Amino acid sequence: MNAKRKGALLDPLFNENPIAIQVLGICSALAVTTKLETSVVMSLAVIAVLSLSNFTISLIRNLIPPSIRIIVQLTIIASLVIVTDQILQAFVYDISKQLSVFVGLIITNCIVMGRAEAFAMQNPPVDSFLDGIGNGLGYSLVLIAVGFFRELIGAGKLFGYQVLPLVTDGGWYQPNGLFVLAPGAFFLIGAFIWLLRTWKPELQED
Amino acid sequence: MRQYSNAYIIGFATAVCLVCSIVVSTSAVALRERQDRNKVLDRQTKVLVVAGLLGEGQAATAELVEGLFSDNIRIRAVDLASGEYSDAVDVSTFDQRKAAKDPAASRVAPANNAGITRLPDIALVYQKVDGDEVEMLILPIEGKGLWSTLYGFVALAPDTTTIEGITFYEHGETPGLGGEVDNPSWKALWQGRQAYNETFEPVIAVIKGAAGPVAEDPYRVDGLSGATLTARGVSHLVQFWLGENGFAPYLENFRAQGGVS
Repeated sequence: MNAKRKGALLDPLFNENPIAIQVLGICSALAVTTKLETSVVMSLAVIAVLSLSNFTISLIRNLIPPSIRIIVQLTIIASLVIVTDQILQAFVYDISKQLSVFVGLIITNCIVMGRAEAFAMQNPPVDSFLDGIGNGLGYSLVLIAVGFFRELIGAGKLFGYQVLPLVTDGGWYQPNGLFVLAPGAFFLIGAFIWLLRTWKPELQED
Repeated sequence: MRQYSNAYIIGFATAVCLVCSIVVSTSAVALRERQDRNKVLDRQTKVLVVAGLLGEGQAATAELVEGLFSDNIRIRAVDLASGEYSDAVDVSTFDQRKAAKDPAASRVAPANNAGITRLPDIALVYQKVDGDEVEMLILPIEGKGLWSTLYGFVALAPDTTTIEGITFYEHGETPGLGGEVDNPSWKALWQGRQAYNETFEPVIAVIKGAAGPVAEDPYRVDGLSGATLTARGVSHLVQFWLGENGFAPYLENFRAQGGVS
């Protein structure tokens, strides 16, 4: 794997993380991260949509007339999102119910359009596919980290299993309700952005 | 930048739309059967849980759910206004929530404090049966809590007043506060309490604070701390569905017929 492809795949994990550095896709990161399980499924859905949309758009990038390129990108992304939603409904019905509209809203996730416009329109299909996976993983990394802490602190559970026994069930753990609400996710994402910039000072803006 | 002719642009847009629509419709058609089966299974599982035939959150295979359901549960369609059984709809495919939105199959609900705007003409009743004898009546209930509409079931004994169980399978109440309507230990508090008083008015209510034991305090259920409004919503919606605009006419007929299905 040459350096460029490796960069396309790995840079979005930390150096160009779409949520922590570019601050894209925050809306769904707040909405679906109350539980680890939904975070993981949402991550997989975004990775699938992002890599396939990047690949498809890159494949026809030289044919797309510039005047209608945005709408063409949207059509392709929307179709992939609908297919993903259908597959989730058919195979993991319970989780798809919990994700409800948020799978459909991948269409409006800034990351997907952003990568199509910024990367896939200029680069060959395989690179674009890897860029899609990379950005999807970068998104997933934050989503899963946030989901982990929100479910653990907010409900004392991980993947639905009670890890910390609750006071209401006779245990010792008093769950912190703040973390299941949206502000909890803001604090966690903020902390993630802070830690990342402390670890890699070159990412700090002036 | 290369210039494209209008004809090319229109042709390209058409081609993209065509390919995308084929992909989307193929996936929708190919997966339809599986999705419909999931929906039916989902509903059956909820009914089995409130009937006590399946543990909460218990992983069950599709075969087990279908088997338990067909052996123990009978679905009947009930005309809400008259309280008579109805044959107007196919119970295996009838969607009560859809019907409530359809002007041809519903009416505007009379003024109520459960946040219900439309009432379906026909509602489904699930009967847990042993042969021809009805052991439990499972009624769908819904109504506004604090943030969201709660959807659930209440299960009644054949005397139509002793509560056997309650469950909410869909709601968007605050987790940890109103969301505690899901808490199994709270739901267990409903068991054995009386929905109706001696004159068959629905009086069961969730109160603030703790209610007494079932025998001494049969019409009240413990409140949920920090969830006054959700609890009030639960009281209102249970009373609405057990009231004259809900299942009261049906339950009256059921009692008159001596509890035979």
